[in-house]
Amino acid sequence: MLNKTLNISTSPHAVQGVSTADIMRNVVWALLPAAFFGVYAFGLSALFLLITTTVSAVLTEHFLCRFSNKESTVSDWSAVITGLLLGMTLPPNFPLWMAFLGGVISITLGKFIFGGLGCNVFNPALVGRAFLQAAFPVAITTWYPAFLPDRFSTYSVATFTLPFMEPALDGFTGATPLAAFKFSHQATAIPELALGLISGSTGETCAVLIILGGLYLIARNMMNWRIPASILLTVFAFCGLLNLINSELYPTPLFMLFSGGLMLGAVFMATDLVASPVTPLGNWVYGAIIGLLVVVIRIWGGLPEGVMYAVLLGNAISPHIDNLIKPRVYGTGKR
Amino acid sequence: MSVPAKTKTGFLDSLEKSPATDIFLKGLWRKNPTFVQVIGMCPVLAVSNTAENALAMGLATAFVLLMSNTLVSILRFVIPKQVRISCYILIIATFVTMADYAIQAMSVELHKALGAFISLIVVNCLILGRAEAFASKNTVETSVLDALGMGAGFTFALFCLGAVRELLGNGSLFGIAVFPASFQEWVVMMLPAGGFFTLALWLFIFNAVKRAKQNKERGKALP
Repeated sequence: MLNKTLNISTSPHAVQGVSTADIMRNVVWALLPAAFFGVYAFGLSALFLLITTTVSAVLTEHFLCRFSNKESTVSDWSAVITGLLLGMTLPPNFPLWMAFLGGVISITLGKFIFGGLGCNVFNPALVGRAFLQAAFPVAITTWYPAFLPDRFSTYSVATFTLPFMEPALDGFTGATPLAAFKFSHQATAIPELALGLISGSTGETCAVLIILGGLYLIARNMMNWRIPASILLTVFAFCGLLNLINSELYPTPLFMLFSGGLMLGAVFMATDLVASPVTPLGNWVYGAIIGLLVVVIRIWGGLPEGVMYAVLLGNAISPHIDNLIKPRVYGTGKR
Repeated sequence: MSVPAKTKTGFLDSLEKSPATDIFLKGLWRKNPTFVQVIGMCPVLAVSNTAENALAMGLATAFVLLMSNTLVSILRFVIPKQVRISCYILIIATFVTMADYAIQAMSVELHKALGAFISLIVVNCLILGRAEAFASKNTVETSVLDALGMGAGFTFALFCLGAVRELLGNGSLFGIAVFPASFQEWVVMMLPAGGFFTLALWLFIFNAVKRAKQNKERGKALP
């Protein structure tokens, strides 16, 4: 009886009535349009890929919870996000066995090793992708053309590669706009980039749908708008400056904003609730660092795309940002 | 006045009871330098990319450990306490030079693959640690046993890492292809990051086995 009337707990005492699972579920809803567009653009291969990564992440989470005698945390939807995000960052013709491995690595090395949800240092999906990038550098940079006429009846020959076997090559590959710019200096038109009429990773091509998903989350107060705003502004400003200096050598800022995984990375990856700083000023600094890194890696790095490493490096320094930027405790210190 | 119940002892249990084998098994399993003490990590991570390299490195280290432990133990009353570390290093360096030349004579390729890490055996803390903590305080026979056990444990651990990394990173074991030609190599396993991943995996397995054993013993002790 006493337990019911006297509720003893630590702070915070004012709760919003929104649970972790609510936020996570809404993030999934916000991700789905871009994911569906990926399936529409790339066909069956993309569908199989997204299902595989999601199932693999959820299964791993369930199995690890059972293994460590914890209550299963599958129902908080966070594993679904990790799996879906991982699938959206992979090329649509990525072999399914590698994608499954990526899901397992994401949850084990990205999340569970640090103690599960709320303790992860890095964005779990990006940890899985970084592993896949290091392990299978050829498969992860073999791109599939978008809007093939028979995409809903056939799938890439690489999709159902036997486990541990090398994927076969399709007769055709599509270069991504970033690779085309880096290696043969061809810029793609901005409307094509924004609408996603291009080749690329499964869920990163349609910038408009990703922005809409982000706006939905911001409107529901479930996402920190400062981080994507800071990243996009920094990229725009830094790349604009470079473009002013030499417009032949450096791409236009709009091309930089809408190409590759920048939108997906800025809106859904860098805003990982756990791996980003807490204070508003910290968020601006964190976003600016990621934005600078994206431009530096894309322009001067060996790979055409650098959003993944930029976000991971940003995650790595976010505790230090929190350490340096502390709000003044009321009543202490000088004004 | 009850007679204590005769407990059933297995072959391994009886082995562990005898002091000589106990010293040997301590290095191989219970205080395994890599998986339990986690010392001498530099060669473990750096040259365990193939089973062959790992085995060669393990054997070279075991040889140096055996010789240095023996000599340090023989000279333990002669070496002055104040300069003992430099004396140990001198002894170790002598045998490392021997191992270096021996490997170079046997296989130039292997010598190239192991590179500077052969010379770096001099500063492997496993060897200096055993000289300081064991050989300088114990008789020659026990020091030899200790070196054999630790050396075997180190070689075993390196081989565990090297085998996994070569299997996944190259699809082969000791250079012989295990998987069909269309095997997809995990490039990351050949990179330094693969060493960390594999080491973590083996540490996890080791700790899981140890914990399961402890739990079993605790269960036995309680009624």
